[in-house]
Amino acid sequence: MKKFIYALLLLLPLNTLASEGVTLQKVNIDLEDFASIQKGAKHYVTYCLGCHSAKYMRYKRIAMDLDIDEDLFLAEVAPEGANIYDPMLTAMNEHDSKKWFGVNPPDLSLIARVRGANWLYTYLKGFYTDKSKPLGVNNTVFKDVGMPNMLWQLQGEQTAVMEKVHGEEVISYLKIEKEGSLSRQQFDQLVSELVHFLVYVGEPVQLERQRLGKYVLLFLLMFGVIAYLLKKEYWKDIH
Amino acid sequence: MKNKINDCTDWVLERFPMSKLWNEHMAEYYAPKNFNVWYFMGSLALLMLVNQFLTGILLTMNYKPDAKLAFDSVEYIMRDVNWGWLVRYMHSTGASAFFILIYLHMFRGMMYGSYKKPRELIWIFGMLLFVCLMAEAFMGYLLPWGQMSYWGAQVIISLFSAIPVVGDELSLWIRGDYVISDATLNRFFAFHVIAVPLALIILVFLHIVALHEVGSNNPDGIEIKESKDPWGKPVDGIPFHPYYTVKDIVGVAVFLFFFATVIFYMPEMGGYFLENANFIPADPLKTPEHIEPSWYFTPFYAILRAVPDKFAGVIAMAGSIIVFFLLPWLDRCKVKSIRYRGGIYKKALALFVISFLVLGYLGTQPATPTFTFIARIFTVIYFAFFLLMPIYTRWEKTKPVPRRLTHEPDAEEQYAALVEVFEEMTIHEPMKTSWGATAFPVTPNKTGIAHVLTRLLKKLKGSFE
Repeated sequence: MKKFIYALLLLLPLNTLASEGVTLQKVNIDLEDFASIQKGAKHYVTYCLGCHSAKYMRYKRIAMDLDIDEDLFLAEVAPEGANIYDPMLTAMNEHDSKKWFGVNPPDLSLIARVRGANWLYTYLKGFYTDKSKPLGVNNTVFKDVGMPNMLWQLQGEQTAVMEKVHGEEVISYLKIEKEGSLSRQQFDQLVSELVHFLVYVGEPVQLERQRLGKYVLLFLLMFGVIAYLLKKEYWKDIH
Repeated sequence: MKNKINDCTDWVLERFPMSKLWNEHMAEYYAPKNFNVWYFMGSLALLMLVNQFLTGILLTMNYKPDAKLAFDSVEYIMRDVNWGWLVRYMHSTGASAFFILIYLHMFRGMMYGSYKKPRELIWIFGMLLFVCLMAEAFMGYLLPWGQMSYWGAQVIISLFSAIPVVGDELSLWIRGDYVISDATLNRFFAFHVIAVPLALIILVFLHIVALHEVGSNNPDGIEIKESKDPWGKPVDGIPFHPYYTVKDIVGVAVFLFFFATVIFYMPEMGGYFLENANFIPADPLKTPEHIEPSWYFTPFYAILRAVPDKFAGVIAMAGSIIVFFLLPWLDRCKVKSIRYRGGIYKKALALFVISFLVLGYLGTQPATPTFTFIARIFTVIYFAFFLLMPIYTRWEKTKPVPRRLTHEPDAEEQYAALVEVFEEMTIHEPMKTSWGATAFPVTPNKTGIAHVLTRLLKKLKGSFE
């Protein structure tokens, strides 16, 4: 199953085209890893839901899909006061967000299907200090990004080390200037969990579809064999 | 009870020519007995039409043709409607599969000369079907109301404004607004679910009636009606039912296997069947960096972009489809099948296929100067294939055409030959394993592979003569 998901990730050439030549870091997504998705959901509620809704996703669906008790889910993962039937809406209203950021932060229900897991992983790790920008940060895969780095306390402060390629200044690598509260490994883990959750939210039925697919293909294989034998029987007198 | 049922059947049969229809089109419709794999595409395309109808009807039950609700309703189908995801993937994958089958079906016609006398009208109906299918796909693609839906439609409809004098008015009339909007979505919905499907059904009916009037062509391109037995039945023909019904079911099984693989394991097909940008809701204020049509339109889109002038480009694009209609009259060669045609047609057809594929690839890529240059070369080849046809098919050196159908090795005979080739390419030498047992490891045989490859290349070269 894991291999299959990797194969699917390889089949995303259009995603990689969208990143303007920056090499993306690879993240392995295993949707059977419920623990990661669950932790990712928690991170999403903590760090993202303040601005970004995931309006096509209901808390109940997550609890059901991940096999978590609903009350436990409400207490541990969902934001305070949320009802299990609620979709994942943000508390921020459009009027304010427009004033604060100039744009409405997009809904992230389908972001993994737009950008792909590797892009999201690279993006969330790709913020660096850029004093010329209004929010003080820029991003390696999303130039002039309009979003602040929500995870900077965890990751620490990153700066870009530049190099000259064909007379143009490009980013060589990112360096952590000030350590954050998490080690690098822990931080990568956290981002990976968040991406796990986003990939799951993009298409909650993925696991179910792959599970069913096996039976459908097996049936079609048997059907094909029987159909072929039938054809052979009918055609044996045709020369 | 049994008598009652018989009475009822008789009552119907006295009033409706059911058995006559059945016999004429199935049980006593004689088809050549040597159909090969290319002849599955027609029945599979019909299967896809049925698939699109059934899944389409189910989708309309939850889809909302409203600019404010359309995108949400599609996600609702994907997440909250029972089995909605399956129905939607069957429909979206079905659209692409339909085009794959139709392109293969058309290529079959070009290989075996199925458009030639007396089957010109079948070809014309088929081409009309193709045009309707393109309209159906184009309008259906707007309905999910994603970014690519919106901007793809915007680009294509704005092409009409390139027409002199009436252009702007015409595109305004098609859209029903100055930009793609709710009005456009509603009318496209109406066309997609009622008008065009109706036209498709009628054309499929005409296509099949015309086919059954003159009879099917075959890989040898000879008329089976010319050699009949004393009872007036073609000697090389077999009743469509049961022979081809049971055979087509095998085709259905194989096709559905691939179809289901895509639906269950790669419904986006790497961004070709469902484009990544189409998971962003349509935003009239934000033009995507790179707008591209669905993969099945890209060869024609590449031709459009290859021409420097916009109006001339539109004409070239329309022309690239219209020339197909003229094929029966452009081709002057009397021999139908590629098996007995001259090398020049084989080479021309190969060049055409290459140019079609290259243009299809270029249509998905941004129009850089290099790519535009390549697209121009292949656009010229594309049109040269058709427009020079009256010249190069006239002096074609054809081979003698047999009077009766030739025998082709069936799947099992081919399998035996394949096993032989595999044996030739590998070495099986007994070897003692470390624990003393004898094993027969299969290792590649370099000289054997070289032999097989040279033979293949020679055969390939020979097949072009």
